[in-house]
Amino acid sequence: MQYYLLSVITPADGTPPGPEAMAEIRRNLDTFHTELREAGAWVFAGGLHGPETATVLRPKDGEVLITDGPYAEGKEYLGGICLIKAPDLDAALEWGRKATRATTLPIEVRPFLHQADD
Amino acid sequence: MPQPVDVEAVFRAEYGRAVSVLVRFLGDIDLAEEAVQDAFATALGTWPRTGVPPSPAGWIITTARNRALDRLRREAKRDARHAEAALLHTPDAPAEEGPVRDDRLRLIFTCCHPALAPQARVALTLRLLGGLTTPQIARAFLVPEPTMAQRIVRAKAKIRDARIPYRVPRDADLPDRLQGVLAVVYLIFNQGYEGTPELTSEALRLGRLLVDLMPDEPEALGLLALMLLADSRRDARQDEHGELVPLPEQDRARWNRELIAEGQSLVRRCLRRDRPGPYQIQAAIQAVHSDAATAEATDWGQILRLYDQLTAFTPSPVVALNRAVAVAETQGPRRALELVDALDLDTYHVFHAVRADLLRRLGRDTEAVREYEAALERAENPAERVYLERRRRELLRT
Repeated sequence: MQYYLLSVITPADGTPPGPEAMAEIRRNLDTFHTELREAGAWVFAGGLHGPETATVLRPKDGEVLITDGPYAEGKEYLGGICLIKAPDLDAALEWGRKATRATTLPIEVRPFLHQADD
Repeated sequence: MPQPVDVEAVFRAEYGRAVSVLVRFLGDIDLAEEAVQDAFATALGTWPRTGVPPSPAGWIITTARNRALDRLRREAKRDARHAEAALLHTPDAPAEEGPVRDDRLRLIFTCCHPALAPQARVALTLRLLGGLTTPQIARAFLVPEPTMAQRIVRAKAKIRDARIPYRVPRDADLPDRLQGVLAVVYLIFNQGYEGTPELTSEALRLGRLLVDLMPDEPEALGLLALMLLADSRRDARQDEHGELVPLPEQDRARWNRELIAEGQSLVRRCLRRDRPGPYQIQAAIQAVHSDAATAEATDWGQILRLYDQLTAFTPSPVVALNRAVAVAETQGPRRALELVDALDLDTYHVFHAVRADLLRRLGRDTEAVREYEAALERAENPAERVYLERRRRELLRT
């Protein structure tokens, strides 16, 4: 089994969905997460606060410097992550497809360096 | 008895099959390629003495497998983890979901996986199934060799690291995924058509392979028919000065009758299947052209109906442009020009060439000259440029 990271790509300048649309996205995500658990593919998932809440640490002359984040301002930011276990990329992309439908946002799928034990 | 040995021919014919079997066996593309190349190197040394074995492919595969096993054993002693990590994910036999068992089919679906960049799909397919070298592929696509090498290395690394599976997709995904494979083969063919004959023959070989391996897929038949019918005009579509000769002006005696017969019989097979698709319809259009003894005898009404069908499948501006050419023949250039003017294809040289021709037929020569110039600004193929240049000059003279 291979671990994959599904990243939710959120537009920085987009209008956020209204309360009703947001409620539907939450319901769809709940269904998606339940499905992941039932299939044994679930590892972890969660949404993130906005980039304005980020703090960056970086090495500087042997010290660690703290600055207000985000690390890089972009047209998109990481809105949430979902960590899954899947036998191969096709299976991971199938989960990614469901994640795209549930969030209505682009999803990036990336393999982890290390494989899952089972 | 020693006999003349053409290892090169065996290489071209069997490289893809050998690599595909070894990838399944070893679970790693690089190891498979190395093993097969080792085996061919061994063949170069032994076959001139022993003669070509009865089954050259079988000999190559067995030799490659033994070489790979030896190598893996040596490396396993040195670094067990490395050998294990090198193994790509290959589903076990019971997990087989695709309708066909040939390893080359697995390999082509892996090479044409939608998670790979389109250019990488083409390069990998030519390299792994066609046995073309990286420099050959780089030359065919006018890309610097290091760029092409990097493209291939990256694609292979992605297959390994992201675990792109080595299998024929399950039935539910097959139509979509097959479209991707056919698109790669057609792209290779078109690149060949632009002036790299070895790519044309490679595309035809891949097209035949797909038809052999997936005889129930009418679009695979359609693509092969389309390529055969287009290739049948190879000798007629350029004159002795290397100038493009457009279809209506071609010397039809120079069309290859054998390829036409094969292509048309495939089109008839498609018609009997009655599961039309874009490649089949394009092949049918070419078959109508091939049927006509002279350009004047072309059944343009039939061609227009086929373009209407094609538009229903793929409503793209390029299809609309080709349809407009059929409209010009059935309803006149004025109506065709209206259709063409509505298209947003300014960057496409053929759009301007078609417009130029329609304007010329309507007697609007000044505008036609300007359009030939616009086409020339955008056309890259030398044969096409010579043709456009001549048409432009002819108008200036009158």
